[in-house]
Amino acid sequence: MATAIEPMSRDRLSDRRRRRGRELLQGWGFAAPAIVLLAVFLVLPFILAIYSSFTDQRLVPNPNLPTKWVGLRNYRRLFADEGFRSGLIFNGIFVFVVVPLQTAFALGLAVLVNQKLRFRNAFRTIYFAPVAVTMVVVAVMWTSFFNPSAGLVNTVLDTISFGFLTPERFGFLNWALDRHGARAAIIILSIWQGVGFQMVIYLAGLQSIPGSLYEAARIDGANPWQQFRHVTIPQLRNTTIFVVLSTTILAFALFDQVEIMTQGGPQDATQTMILRLITFGFRQGQVGMGSALGVFYFVLVVVVAFTQRRLLREERAVA
Amino acid sequence: MEVMDAARPVEEGVEVPQRSRRLRLRRPLTYAVMVLLAVFFVFPVVAMVVLSLQPDETQVIADQDSIWAFFPRALSLQNYEDVFARDVGRAVFNSALITVVTVGLGLVVNSMCAYGLARLQWIGRSVVIGAVVALMIVPFQSVSVPLLLIVNRLGWLDTYHVQIIPFVANPFFIFLFYQAFIGLPKEIEEAALIDGAGRWTIYRRIIAPLSRPTFATVGILQALFVWGSFFWPLMVTRGPDVRPLPVAMQVLFSDPNVPLGDVFAFAAVMTLPILALYLAFQKWFVQSVASQGLKG
Repeated sequence: MATAIEPMSRDRLSDRRRRRGRELLQGWGFAAPAIVLLAVFLVLPFILAIYSSFTDQRLVPNPNLPTKWVGLRNYRRLFADEGFRSGLIFNGIFVFVVVPLQTAFALGLAVLVNQKLRFRNAFRTIYFAPVAVTMVVVAVMWTSFFNPSAGLVNTVLDTISFGFLTPERFGFLNWALDRHGARAAIIILSIWQGVGFQMVIYLAGLQSIPGSLYEAARIDGANPWQQFRHVTIPQLRNTTIFVVLSTTILAFALFDQVEIMTQGGPQDATQTMILRLITFGFRQGQVGMGSALGVFYFVLVVVVAFTQRRLLREERAVA
Repeated sequence: MEVMDAARPVEEGVEVPQRSRRLRLRRPLTYAVMVLLAVFFVFPVVAMVVLSLQPDETQVIADQDSIWAFFPRALSLQNYEDVFARDVGRAVFNSALITVVTVGLGLVVNSMCAYGLARLQWIGRSVVIGAVVALMIVPFQSVSVPLLLIVNRLGWLDTYHVQIIPFVANPFFIFLFYQAFIGLPKEIEEAALIDGAGRWTIYRRIIAPLSRPTFATVGILQALFVWGSFFWPLMVTRGPDVRPLPVAMQVLFSDPNVPLGDVFAFAAVMTLPILALYLAFQKWFVQSVASQGLKG
């Protein structure tokens, strides 16, 4: 019996070894195209970004001026740059206004279209539609609506306020020309385009809450508001973390709509980090400066992602 | 009051009798709110289409802040003819080509990688999984400037492939496929292996057909992203030859001599195909966007 088992198990062993060897090749084979592409077009430029941020690398090399190591000079110049500082300010304002507003708006919409109502699907379709519209087109359309004298927005405001809300009385209604008006316009069109995306995510979150939780809450005598406050909100915790996180990161990446509508003006009121990045790295050909900004932006995104996750988790622990 | 009732899951729609009177009063209000919101979300698109059909430019300017922005007074394709005379066709072709090729290659490359990670045992696998997850957080903008340097050295500026190749592989899409493949039952695959099928056959004949929804999801997500892409093409395209739609739109829009009617016609050309696709494949669109929730 023993001799009969021996060769068989040895056979099985070598078979397994052969199979493992084959899987090694096959595994790398399947993954290789993606690995090569990611290495060349994501990892390599990432390493290069960190390295170049400490050099005076130019986009078009000057043979008389070889690239040299400049230490932290790019970072010092970056933080001294007026445009970059204005960019940080507007990105900050944008985050603090858009993230809470858009998150609350999205939750409201999700709750509305989660009701058992006729035409519910039609409303969902409509609210989500702007997500499918390219941001550049959104910016172009809204720019003409925000035209201070001939735009739809001011006409509507004028009409519904019986002539009270006019650009003459309220400066910010000169949308693109006024600092606050320009900021408000960018914020409004961004929310218009983006809120459907968060709504869909909240909708998925709402539908994953077990109905038994609401039944239990009702039996305990919870009124609808208490149910919303103590069942819906806590149950949507993970969804909210994601929505807040992704909106914040998108808000820091603000570019398309600003480039089309204001190019950062008036007087840098709608300047953004990425607008500055394209100015340094592309329009002025300063790869070193552009890379430093890119590295700063990366660090910012990582920090936001981690602190936000932690904050939301602690909040939950306290409550 | 509105909010919490609605928060109850859809299946709980049976109304308790004593509530019904309040509900009867509330329903019209809910509908009014929802219709107002719908107007808010559709009016720019409607105005864009209506104004693009108005051939008289002075009328476009006069109408854009009135009720006539929503009801067509004229139905003329003049603006569309003008816009196509400006070689918009070229930009449409460029965008379509770039989108189709990127998405096609992307689906194959990302799903293959995910299959290797999800189903095969190989040395280095866990390192690659870790790297893919870590790379998901690297924003494209932060690597864009050195990447511009690289493609510039390679002489890739003003080409199609500079707009395609860097966007084929994507850590997030690999992650989505990976999650989908992990959830598939192993038994079918093992049976096929015993029958002598190779891994490539299994991937093509079993895994890919079984995960069609994931392919649709990732495809739509990547297509939306590539079609709307503006930041990178702005840096790597100069002339109209390989210029995609968003950059062509900016060029048109920033030219003060171009009539507004043409701009609206161009915007409609850029938007209507996607909106039509969205209406036809709604379920997939919504699912693909919702799938981003997995990223968190």
